[in-house]
Amino acid sequence: MARRVRIALKTAVWGACLAPLALLCYRAATGDLTANPISFVTNTLGDWTLRILLASLAMTPLRIVFGLSWPIALRRLLGLFAFFYVCLHFAVWIVLDHFFDWPRMGADIVKRPYITMGMLALLSLIPLAATSTAGMVKRLGARAWTRLHRLAYAAGVLGCLHFLWLAKVGRRDQYWHALVLALLLGVRLGHVAVRFARRRRERRGAPVGRRVNPPTLTAP
Amino acid sequence: MLIRRAGPFTANDVTDETLYLNRREWMVGAAALVLMPGEGEAATPQGQALTATRNEALSLQETPTKFEAATTYNNFYEFGVNKEDPARLAGTLKPRPWAVQVDGLVHKPKTYDIDELLRLAPLEERVYSLRCVEGWSMVIPWIGYPLAALLRRVEPTGKARYVEFTTLLDPSQFPAQRPSFFGFSLEWPYVEGLRLDEALHPLTLLTVGMYGRVLPNQNGAPVRVIVPWKYGFKSAKSLVRIRAVADEPKTSWNRAAPQEYGFYSNVNPAVDHPRWSQATERRIGEFRRRPTLPFNGYGDQVASLYAGLDLKKHY
Repeated sequence: MARRVRIALKTAVWGACLAPLALLCYRAATGDLTANPISFVTNTLGDWTLRILLASLAMTPLRIVFGLSWPIALRRLLGLFAFFYVCLHFAVWIVLDHFFDWPRMGADIVKRPYITMGMLALLSLIPLAATSTAGMVKRLGARAWTRLHRLAYAAGVLGCLHFLWLAKVGRRDQYWHALVLALLLGVRLGHVAVRFARRRRERRGAPVGRRVNPPTLTAP
Repeated sequence: MLIRRAGPFTANDVTDETLYLNRREWMVGAAALVLMPGEGEAATPQGQALTATRNEALSLQETPTKFEAATTYNNFYEFGVNKEDPARLAGTLKPRPWAVQVDGLVHKPKTYDIDELLRLAPLEERVYSLRCVEGWSMVIPWIGYPLAALLRRVEPTGKARYVEFTTLLDPSQFPAQRPSFFGFSLEWPYVEGLRLDEALHPLTLLTVGMYGRVLPNQNGAPVRVIVPWKYGFKSAKSLVRIRAVADEPKTSWNRAAPQEYGFYSNVNPAVDHPRWSQATERRIGEFRRRPTLPFNGYGDQVASLYAGLDLKKHY
């Protein structure tokens, strides 16, 4: 891919990912954070964490389904932005929501399944962020690195559970997020199944025939 | 890649303060125009003053929550699930004309016109704390009179043991009551209930105003009930029916999630919501959480109602 195109795409991702934070800062500066600012800020940061995480998880399926290569160049950047937002989300919870009330936060992490899930999601993103540099890819080896970074899907599942279990009856966005995640996971699983079947056929020495490449999957 | 740098700001780029303030006024004016009811529509426009004598004995000594906060941060699912939905959408609710049917197991059932209801007993102002099950609270000067004054007039029979409250069902006034494509909300109409002795308790307020004005639409105009020792959702809004019944009413939140919302729903820091703690709350306008008090601080007046009742079981 042309370098210029890649830079343009990455610039667009930077802009899109920083825009929600900029808007939040603007609303804070103009006193427009609703009557319950702490709750509003926490929820907004959580919403964007999950959205950006899902966006990063959508990159590989985009390649699988449409054969596009450019989304892969954005995957790491999106993942790091998801990590950035989850750190802000967590910091607001500690500092503004609970004001360093460690015993209470500890009890919540253990007793409240939605907080447990959120905490696990955050923890599972830490090794991914820590190994996001090119140097780390080299040190781990591509194979191990790829395997480790499948944790991103676990983070997505945990993040969606966090949202599903905290939402009150009558809300809907938590289902949309879970649905998107299910589709993305479905594409990947379908891809794995197709590859697995093909490999088995090849191993049995059966005539392979026309290779399906990329596999024909219907777009969601 | 080309990044053009914008020139530095000059004093000329800054909007003149008077212009800026004018724009604000203009926006407020435009909003008022939109919100202003058409001719012959509402006899009592929103925001009309309502005089009442403060009942000091039953009022908190705390500074009330800002009026703006109390009218823009609301749970009123008939308008939508977001806190800002009610303030944004409540213009469709018409609080006049309005009637409230008071019937069921009573000797003198009657349908009251809202204006008659307003004159039924002397209006009092009471500063109560309102604790939402979500973990936040407000201090609100309500205006109304004890629900008991109304119930005594219709004379509940000996069989009446509960009182059921029903909110208006009208999708043309409550947008979220329209069937939606996906997702389930509460079952409409919204139904709440109290035990008869709770309903007759002097703290239970039939409420028609707040902050010296008639109730804003988003706060449950034209008439609602306020039960200060219970979580906010027990205080049903925009009532069209108050019915004395023999059996425990099937309340909306209890039907939607019985393990989370019990019939009693007394504010209780010792009984957590299954998914979150009820030990603390944030007063809207305050930074730090504060401990939640049993019965929302009204234990002295109401705890005796529940003598012998296991409040962990009857949450």
